[in-house]
Amino acid sequence: MHYDFQFYQVFEAWPLLLRGTWITIQLSLSATALGLALAVVCAWAKTSGPAVLRWLVNAYIELIRNTPFLVQLFFFFFALPSIGLRWSAHSAALVAMVVNLGAYATEIIRAGIESIPRGQVEAALALNLKRHQVFRFVILKPALKAIYPALTSQFILLMLSSAVVSAISADDLTSVAANLQSQTFRSFEIYIVVAVVYLALTLVFSAFFRLVYRRTLNYPDRR
Amino acid sequence: MRTFGIADMWFIVEAAKWTVALSLMAFIGGMLCGLVVALARTAEHRAIRAAATAFVRLFQGTPLLLQLFLVFFGAPVLGLDLNPWLAAGIALILNTAAFLGEIWRGCIEAIPRGQWEASQALGLDYVSRMRDVILPQAFRIAVPPTVGYLVQVVKGTSLAAIIGFTEITRAGQIINNATFQPLYVFSLVAATYFILCWPLSLLAGYLERRQALAYAR
Repeated sequence: MHYDFQFYQVFEAWPLLLRGTWITIQLSLSATALGLALAVVCAWAKTSGPAVLRWLVNAYIELIRNTPFLVQLFFFFFALPSIGLRWSAHSAALVAMVVNLGAYATEIIRAGIESIPRGQVEAALALNLKRHQVFRFVILKPALKAIYPALTSQFILLMLSSAVVSAISADDLTSVAANLQSQTFRSFEIYIVVAVVYLALTLVFSAFFRLVYRRTLNYPDRR
Repeated sequence: MRTFGIADMWFIVEAAKWTVALSLMAFIGGMLCGLVVALARTAEHRAIRAAATAFVRLFQGTPLLLQLFLVFFGAPVLGLDLNPWLAAGIALILNTAAFLGEIWRGCIEAIPRGQWEASQALGLDYVSRMRDVILPQAFRIAVPPTVGYLVQVVKGTSLAAIIGFTEITRAGQIINNATFQPLYVFSLVAATYFILCWPLSLLAGYLERRQALAYAR
């Protein structure tokens, strides 16, 4: 067994890899922002919406959580255009990620809302806090603290599963890698480098999330 | 152009047996390796703990798809010729081992310190301490999250389609290329996965609630 590792062709393509990395970050961040907005609406519908809406949201969550992301992606990219909705691979990838994250985040946010004891809100109102103060300090912040770890690890999972969008040739990091692979045939080297980039992204984002937690949410609570 | 007929539907549904086979392979292999990871993560030896931590960080910090590519394209470099089935199996086993190992580490660490100390005071060696005292108790806590993770494993096998292994998703792609009926094809593909995964999700949820009740008492 003998194999010459040749990384120079990979490193020569660094502007492409950098662009792919940026698009992966961009896709993950925008999918998270939109997915969270969707999840807040769904969490509201699930906890205090009418019965029909509750049923619909439950069906949506179960459907997304029990099918692979790759199939959801194919559905958005191949199936929806066949009934007249034309869009690029990039848009299909973004929408698939939003819909996927929305389902997982709904459950997380619902758990956050339910973690606030009713008595706590009543106590705050009795202490004559204004409604917006109650929401901000008594509901939002403790709820955010409770769900922060689950939410941030969901972001990391989303970023890692976004590699799958290369299957429809979106322009993310793994798609760039697949293109380079077909031009240079140095597949092993390319995927090693790209895996290292993903690992670095995971470590950097985890460190950032820990820092934010220490700065803003690290206060003693009743537990 | 042909229409999407019964034979096409059957081709997709029948491919479920390959998804199940790959899932079983990944799950059983992942459980065996995951136990090693969990024991290494809770070992007394510092170097063993560090090695296991590195393994987990590596596999939890990179995409499953890339792990699949690295095994598939890396094996020929090592002089091995892996077919997509084996490559996908190995990547999924390693990935499952990292995640299950981390779940089980939590279960082992949840066993009160006193149990460890008591078994040490009784003069039990490592093997019987683990086998007879710690693991049986950790096992009970571990069942619901492990069943829940099985759903992730089944869904993860869909990535094998990208390296050309014909399970449900790949079967769907093949039929779609022949019939150009993506709406029906991928709805059926999704439904097949749903039928595999939903009962597991329900079971995991049921076990979790039952356990929560047991601990609330």
